[in-house]
Amino acid sequence: MGLSGEPASTKGVALMATSDPHHAAGRFPAGRLAFAHRDLTGIGHLQRHEILYLLHEAEQWVALNRQRTKHSDLLAGLTIINAFFENSTRTLLSFEIAGKRLGADVVNMHAAQSSVKKGETLIDTAITLNAMRADAIVIRHGSSGATRLIADKVDCPVLNAGDGQHEHPTQALLDALTLRHALAERGEGAEDFTGLNVVICGDILHSRVARSNILCLTALGARVRVCAPPALMPAGVEAMGVEVHHNFDAALDGAEVVMMLRLQSERMSGQFIPSPREYRHLYGLTTKRLALARPDALVMHPGPMNRGVEIDSEVADLAGRSLITRQVEMGVAIRMACLDILTRGARGVEGWA
Amino acid sequence: MRQVQPLAIVNAQLVTPQGVVSGALRCADGVILAFGSDIAAEDGDAIVDAKGKLLTPGLVDLGVFAVDKPAFHFGGITRAALMPDQSPALDLPSRVGFIAKSGKPDLWVHPLAAATRDLAGRELAELALMQEAGAKGIATGRRWIADSGVMLRLLQYAAMLDMVVVTHAEDGNLVGEACATAGEIATRLGLPAAPAEAEALAIARDIALAGLAGARLHIRQVTTARGFALVREAKARGLPVSCGITPAHFMLSDLATADFRTFTRLSPPLRCEADRQAALAAIADGTVDVIASGHDPRGPEDKRLPFADALPGMAGAETLLAMVLGLVRDGVIDLCRAFDLTAGKPARLLGVPAGALVAGLEADLALIDPDAPWIIDRRKMAATADNSPFDRQGAQGRVLGLWKGGVRLGG
Repeated sequence: MGLSGEPASTKGVALMATSDPHHAAGRFPAGRLAFAHRDLTGIGHLQRHEILYLLHEAEQWVALNRQRTKHSDLLAGLTIINAFFENSTRTLLSFEIAGKRLGADVVNMHAAQSSVKKGETLIDTAITLNAMRADAIVIRHGSSGATRLIADKVDCPVLNAGDGQHEHPTQALLDALTLRHALAERGEGAEDFTGLNVVICGDILHSRVARSNILCLTALGARVRVCAPPALMPAGVEAMGVEVHHNFDAALDGAEVVMMLRLQSERMSGQFIPSPREYRHLYGLTTKRLALARPDALVMHPGPMNRGVEIDSEVADLAGRSLITRQVEMGVAIRMACLDILTRGARGVEGWA
Repeated sequence: MRQVQPLAIVNAQLVTPQGVVSGALRCADGVILAFGSDIAAEDGDAIVDAKGKLLTPGLVDLGVFAVDKPAFHFGGITRAALMPDQSPALDLPSRVGFIAKSGKPDLWVHPLAAATRDLAGRELAELALMQEAGAKGIATGRRWIADSGVMLRLLQYAAMLDMVVVTHAEDGNLVGEACATAGEIATRLGLPAAPAEAEALAIARDIALAGLAGARLHIRQVTTARGFALVREAKARGLPVSCGITPAHFMLSDLATADFRTFTRLSPPLRCEADRQAALAAIADGTVDVIASGHDPRGPEDKRLPFADALPGMAGAETLLAMVLGLVRDGVIDLCRAFDLTAGKPARLLGVPAGALVAGLEADLALIDPDAPWIIDRRKMAATADNSPFDRQGAQGRVLGLWKGGVRLGG
């Protein structure tokens, strides 16, 4: 075991403000058993303790990211390819920063400039990336299940950065981490969200963020309500353990967390909503509407926001209540944790071979 | 390839429309002469000893998308009605005439004429000329004709020509780009989905128009409980409506799509378990008239893609017989009905003199061991592509010998 193979929790980071490695050692199964997957393609595959382990491992990177020198050489020499077949700014940037802060060589591949446009199949592209000996591939693709398809064809770990309307696991994890920090700060800290009332409102039908968050939040014990106009509510979603609402005012009653989603017009064929104005009338999170939730209810949004449509600026910028910028911050830490954990096998970390 | 010597198949279990009888069957000049327990080989006959196995009509596969002779012969299929969804579409008499001759002598392909030019659903194609060229029916192709005016005129025209109209029952406007049935599985997978009612909507309209036009309507695949109820009700009213299904929809539910396996991407998409149970009930009670393979071989360029981007269809010709014999073993249907579903009724719908052990019909025969076990293995398939959703499943029932017009195929 080389220098870079030391356990991540003791490496490079002096301040371990929120996590205690000795505590963790007993808390989670040893080595690979703590996260028994080669890839991260969805929250749906994860056990509750694996979600908690990812969150736990991210804490050290939250601390590192708040220092002046935000660098670790943990992944030095490894190549990470961010293959984004769908346009993205914030997620791509977040993954790029995460990889670079861990010392990896990060390469971004944009679909718009790639041979995908020239008719190459997704699998050929995947095999090409594999032949370049990537140590991890981060994939965003517009089709549900695409990440799984690629994961089956390559030799390295694959991270799902969003596949169609299926899953966006790192978003759900960063939302959970954000929420856990926010609750801890107000003295309601707990490891999970047992009994917490969360409302997810917006375009549930087209949202992979909603699906991953439903799976993650319910796995951690939260009571989740989803709220959308009927045309944007997927059939049978109640089977995922959520309460279905079409009236936002009613859904907000007793809510402790309100997650807003954007209307994904790019995935809509045909008209789902008469107008943005009308959507705001029914489902926009205004100050007045937020008052229907618990007095200290927290506001989240995965971004990008359409201010004045699903969320008003006063709410989005509400100090102490809006966690939207905090979500972005936690995104980098979560992605660092995921990259660290998934490459441990390749790096020969003890117990992860 | 004409039958030069009379043939007697002796010591067989003959699957006739009246029941299974032990005995022999004689044929000469390509047609069945006689069969039964009192029939024996005559002087000059070539004799085949069936050793107590089943002698059945060769299967008549109503609605395939490719002419795939090795797969058809493996599956005991001697006649196949080809869907007009070819490249180019079968919307001209010359194309129909070419296809009608393409499989002879060892496989007869019965082209289904494209209902509309380029299958676009707008202008009627030259249906009478295509009938003259050998078309045995009319089909709307992979899609539903959305324009009710066009559909009514089509049905009226088909009634005049006494041709069956084979339809695809999915309301295209409701389905859009969907590749799954709306419900828990599609929601969990995040697949674009359409409600199962898209089928009932299409069937209800087509039955109403067919009743108005007095046309024979065959709905190629009915896959939902509501759809079967509509067909059942139309039959009770005495309308000439029939329907079919492929094995995927009575063997699998949308649960099979849970790992995004594109071999389960079908059109219409797999339904919920309750609809699968309704399909089995409809097969048992006689609502379903035809079980076809829907044979649609697709190579990796169409299938090794994300689920929603893959093209629908399955290679089904090789597994059709085994899946239907499975229904017999499960007590859903008896042997006679199994071969009426896969040979008799399709032949009657197409108006071809085959599909049953009846004196005077073409001697298209299959010798079948209904219990022979085998593993469906896509790596060993005879079809031009390996897209079977039943890969690695155990099956029972193999073809031991196949005759087309009294001539043994494959030696």
